[in-house]
Amino acid sequence: MSSNIVAMRKIVQQLRLEAGINRVKVSQAAADLQQFCLQNAQQDPLLTGMSSSNNPFRPQKVCSFL
Amino acid sequence: MGEMEQLRKEADALKDQITAARKAVQDTTLEEAAAGVAVVGRVQMKTRKTLRGHLAKIYAMHWATDSKLCVSASQDGKLIVWDSITTNKVNAIPLKSSWVMTCAYAPSGNLVACGGLDNMCSIYNLKGKDGNVKVMRELAAHTGYLSCCRFISDTEIITSSGDCTCILWDIETGTQKTSFAGHQGDCMSLAVSPDFSYFISGACDFTAKLWDIRDGNCRQTFAGHESDINAIGFFPNGQAVITGSDDATCKLYDLRADQELITYQDSSIMCGVTSLAPSLSGRLILAGYDDFNVNIWDSLKAERVGALAGHDNRVSCIGVSADGMACCTGSWDSFLKIWN
Repeated sequence: MSSNIVAMRKIVQQLRLEAGINRVKVSQAAADLQQFCLQNAQQDPLLTGMSSSNNPFRPQKVCSFL
Repeated sequence: MGEMEQLRKEADALKDQITAARKAVQDTTLEEAAAGVAVVGRVQMKTRKTLRGHLAKIYAMHWATDSKLCVSASQDGKLIVWDSITTNKVNAIPLKSSWVMTCAYAPSGNLVACGGLDNMCSIYNLKGKDGNVKVMRELAAHTGYLSCCRFISDTEIITSSGDCTCILWDIETGTQKTSFAGHQGDCMSLAVSPDFSYFISGACDFTAKLWDIRDGNCRQTFAGHESDINAIGFFPNGQAVITGSDDATCKLYDLRADQELITYQDSSIMCGVTSLAPSLSGRLILAGYDDFNVNIWDSLKAERVGALAGHDNRVSCIGVSADGMACCTGSWDSFLKIWN
């Protein structure tokens, strides 16, 4: 049996699988993405920025009592 | 009509069916839906640390889940595990093959992996009894270069290869559990879903594919890019996929709507995307380009809101730490930089 036909059968089988999935409306998908972003915005340090006292990568000037 | 002819007709009909089904749910666009959201203000990040030590191009980096340690791979033939806060090298692991293209940190922190032109994925145990880091397994079966690898656990890892397939391995036995075939071009990158049940792959056939890890099936295929996809990542809620391509654009595909929702592009950007990572909320997408820069995109508005300039050569890899506090870039200039 030609390997081209075997390959083509697999392609058709895969397309059948992909054609059969349920799809959600873009309005719903977009709303959910937006909601996730906005709900988590305050917990996103790269988005909100951070003070140097909260930034583990920023060395703190240490004050010591002599 | 011969069977081949029949199959071709059926394939075309199915492709038309998929296109129609996608259009049928396209009641709006992300652009329209997000019209009421203000663009993020200008994002400015500074280099907080520079990790120096590699002697040649850095090809890959991956954060450990503790958001402190990270591993990098360079064609100087070394894997280095760094403490990103102190900039100390925790481990410097010499590799058998210096042609390394990818590296990964296991979620447990116990193992790291790498691979490249040797077509193998080598697993290293960082927590060996005598303190020495040794090769624990060499996973060999791919017939092409290893482009990417990601751990599911200490016992399972997924690899992508220039042989157009991805493989799920059993690390303990060193054998293949599942092979994921379907791409028509080199697989360049992969990412695992936050719940570890799916992974996505980007390839030189210009498509991204979503795979079910357990049953080995490709669930969805996303087209639209006009050149190789070099970088891929999940949106943090696991419901969308972000890709970066040689066509100079990044795209966001929604898994549930089964289609592209938006493209991140600018007429002034004409070079390929090498790497990408979303911020913790997904609102920012950081993408590394061939022109030595990283561009920061507002994911909902598709506007460029910042850039990271500081490397003297191509940015080859980028990663945002698990706690979202920092972004790490790795470059062909041999340095890694930590930004926030």
